[in-house]
Amino acid sequence: MDMATHLNIVASGLLTGLVYGLAALGLSVIFGVVRVVNFAHGEVMVIGMYGAVVAFGLLGLDPILAAPIVAAVLFGGGWVLQRVLINRFVEYSEAKQFILMLGVATIVVNALLMIFGPDARGVMVDYALDTYEIGPLLLDAVRLYAAAAAILATLALFAFFRFSRTGKAIRACADNPLGARVIGLNIDGLYALTFGIGTAVAGFAGSLMTLLVDTRPAMASDYTMLSFVIVIIGGLGSLPGALLGGLLIGVTEAVAGFLLEPSLKSLFSYLVLIVVLLVRPQGLLGRRS
Amino acid sequence: VNRRAWVLFLAFAVLLALAPLAADRYTLSVLTTLVWFAYLGQSWNVMMGFAGLLSLGHALYVGLGAYASAALFVHFGIGPWAGLWVAMAVAGAAGGFIGFLGFRFGVRGVHFALLTIAFAEVARIAFDHIGWLGGSAGFFLPVAPRMSLPDLRLPPIGFYYVILVLMLGALALSRWLLHSRLGYRWLAIRENADAAAAVGIDLFSARIAAVAVSAAMAALGGVFQAFYFNSLFPEQAFAMGRSIEIILPVIIGGIGTLFGPILGALILTPLGEGLTWAIGALGLDLPGLKQFVYGGVLVAIIVYLPNGVWPWLAAKLGISQGGEGGR
Repeated sequence: MDMATHLNIVASGLLTGLVYGLAALGLSVIFGVVRVVNFAHGEVMVIGMYGAVVAFGLLGLDPILAAPIVAAVLFGGGWVLQRVLINRFVEYSEAKQFILMLGVATIVVNALLMIFGPDARGVMVDYALDTYEIGPLLLDAVRLYAAAAAILATLALFAFFRFSRTGKAIRACADNPLGARVIGLNIDGLYALTFGIGTAVAGFAGSLMTLLVDTRPAMASDYTMLSFVIVIIGGLGSLPGALLGGLLIGVTEAVAGFLLEPSLKSLFSYLVLIVVLLVRPQGLLGRRS
Repeated sequence: VNRRAWVLFLAFAVLLALAPLAADRYTLSVLTTLVWFAYLGQSWNVMMGFAGLLSLGHALYVGLGAYASAALFVHFGIGPWAGLWVAMAVAGAAGGFIGFLGFRFGVRGVHFALLTIAFAEVARIAFDHIGWLGGSAGFFLPVAPRMSLPDLRLPPIGFYYVILVLMLGALALSRWLLHSRLGYRWLAIRENADAAAAVGIDLFSARIAAVAVSAAMAALGGVFQAFYFNSLFPEQAFAMGRSIEIILPVIIGGIGTLFGPILGALILTPLGEGLTWAIGALGLDLPGLKQFVYGGVLVAIIVYLPNGVWPWLAAKLGISQGGEGGR
């Protein structure tokens, strides 16, 4: 096997990893600020995927253009969910949060199953089979575009948390909820906002994923686990960490899926997770609490 | 525990013991599954309810126990009564090892829970590729030519009484553990680990003990699984879904209480079967509808009774709940 093939696999793994990283960012934000274990994250992502599939099927809308619309709708959904349901679980143990989110996930997945059926649905954009030749690399157009959109969304998210007043307030909330309350921040409002941002990001990433894979309700729990693995590898509450974790898992999956059986690819993601948890429990870029 | 509680409990035990007399084949299989989950839930409760350690990969220990005893039986002709000790040792050691790794490196809370999931998932994928144990095609125990207690080849009613005895045994063990020195250490650690360490409790060894005991108990449930169902598939035995099935009854019943895991199984198993029946009777053949309603019921229970149904019911019955519930 030649060098170019290897490079190609790593490069497409990195591009997919950027979308994974974006999805994981949504989870990381929720985890870091609201401190709720969102075990329905992959389910939200799959809602986003179906949003893009429907937008393409009915309006012929490109998933990249559908992504912001899907994200806006899911922001509202996440905001309401946090307000009416999840907010009262913020102080409960992880086991109870787990069951609550598991219930939500079960409802979402089976609602999708009832509406769309179990079969895979794809999006066939007209550039689906195009490739770009960059030096020795031969890259799928869909993967490049999805990755570019993921980078844009990631930068927007970073800018929001870095520069906007609301973003700074949310970070203050994450650092010290009590202190944030003392200086007069509306914690419950910021939690709802954060949860909405998290679900919006998941929906955005989900829309982009439709360019890379077909959509089935059953894939939701895999995406939940994938996002968790990435967030823990990168470091809880660290946004650059989530991105790095996404790239790492993207490449791991691509390489393992190519060199070994595809059925073994998630094995290696979990092995990476175990190693990281044991060697650096706070994650690659996380801080010790 | 007061007099009224004992009377109610004895009535409950007698009811379970007599239930097969009025049950057809189908009801008996549902009852057996119910009691099996009541047993497995108690094993998880030792870790989470007593010691405050969240395991989301408990299927690992059940699966290891099942595969260990089945492998001994199929490949070496060693019966389950001898095999169960090996099964419990294997799972206990696996649990102790995961605990050792995790606690040694200060992995806690959600991180520890994810570590348990990761090991269960690794086992699931690895067992898919172990040909000696059937791989993903499944591992099958020979169907018995005749009934035999030493080989645990029993009629369905026999299996029911085996798991019923195990389930009541686990209850007795849990009660004893809760009032042992170790149990009090666990509760202290669960409530406030720093304070527990400050009064001289060795957190590390107490936590490892919790994982090992819980894993060994789960493994015994796995031995039962192997010989009752006669077939094992990695995709079921180690699945995240199996872990969830083990956990749910405990949280719905009441984490950290003695009777909660049993009550939870009494609620959830009939709920699942009842939904299947109701949806069939209404002629609504829509895939996903049953799970959709099930998810809704879960959310409703956890929202309205976040401490579980048992603390609420025990208060209504005017008896002590037995074991203080966790947060």
